[in-house]
Amino acid sequence: MSDGHAHAEHLSGSTYGSPVHVDGGHPAPGHAHHPKLQHHFDDMGQQAEAATLGMWVFLVTEIMFFGGLFMAYLVYRHASPSAFQEASHHLNVFYGTLNTAILIVSSLTMALGVRSAQTSAPAKTQVMWIVITMMFGAAFLGIKAIEYTEKFRDHIVPGPNFRWEGLYPHGAEQFYSLYFCMTGLHALHMVIGLGIMTWLALTALRGRYNADYYTPVEVAGLYWHFVDIVWIFLFPLLYLIGRHYHAA
Amino acid sequence: MSAGHVAPKSMYYMVFLALLVGTGLTVAAAFVDMGAMNNVVMLAIAGIKASLVVLFFMHVRWSTRLTWVVAMAGFFWLLILFGLGMADYLTRGWVAGTLR
Repeated sequence: MSDGHAHAEHLSGSTYGSPVHVDGGHPAPGHAHHPKLQHHFDDMGQQAEAATLGMWVFLVTEIMFFGGLFMAYLVYRHASPSAFQEASHHLNVFYGTLNTAILIVSSLTMALGVRSAQTSAPAKTQVMWIVITMMFGAAFLGIKAIEYTEKFRDHIVPGPNFRWEGLYPHGAEQFYSLYFCMTGLHALHMVIGLGIMTWLALTALRGRYNADYYTPVEVAGLYWHFVDIVWIFLFPLLYLIGRHYHAA
Repeated sequence: MSAGHVAPKSMYYMVFLALLVGTGLTVAAAFVDMGAMNNVVMLAIAGIKASLVVLFFMHVRWSTRLTWVVAMAGFFWLLILFGLGMADYLTRGWVAGTLR
């Protein structure tokens, strides 16, 4: 036998050799195409799955982006645990808890917004959910702004004017460097999210989304929920370290 | 098609309720002295909350296996980052004269 034949056999035995329909098949060459179907996809289902997968790949890079900061947090907290506890006590647990609840509510309204597009609800209903979600997002940023203002007022923003009355000024400054980096990057994601949602509301208002095509709503939802997840971890790690020492 | 699964509204409300209860538990637990367990409890609740958001709000529960693999790979790689990173910092000074 020649080398060529063996090579061909190898290829045909491989799963990569055969054409695969990712969605498990609505191959509809004869059907009228949906106006939103791009020519390189077989059908709307495959197109939606490709978009979802692409968004997840982006979110994985975001996990690693925030992951670097979480790693830095681990290293410095391990190096000075007492300083981190002391510094954490100057954060306002009430504001932190309230903001966590606000983000969870906004995730619920976002999920219901995606559902309204999925079920071909009227454009007004879709826009209502999106706008409610944006209002909670704005409320989160407002409370964050109040917290930041208090930190500037009390001179606990890292830099030449940093002042610390406690036992560990150096470690506290490290904690607040991480606090502002992590919550700042998170807040930036919230601001970008509000921009995405503004665009989403405007397009939804024109009746762009229904059960056949709602990919932008789904993908924007994925982004919004991801930002919520980051806060779910930031809140206990920044606000709730060693609180029980002061509980007595 | 799997991407088009419509979950009932009641399910979203249940997940929402679970997330709020989780938040309440996290705050309450932080004020109880459990020693080193404080951190474990806090992160376990956060992990459960994040899983609920990923599975239900982000529809991964009904997504293709390919999406599952990509999403899980992200969190898995994060654990590698923390695992290998802390394998250095946690073991410094175990052998005499190696600190720093």
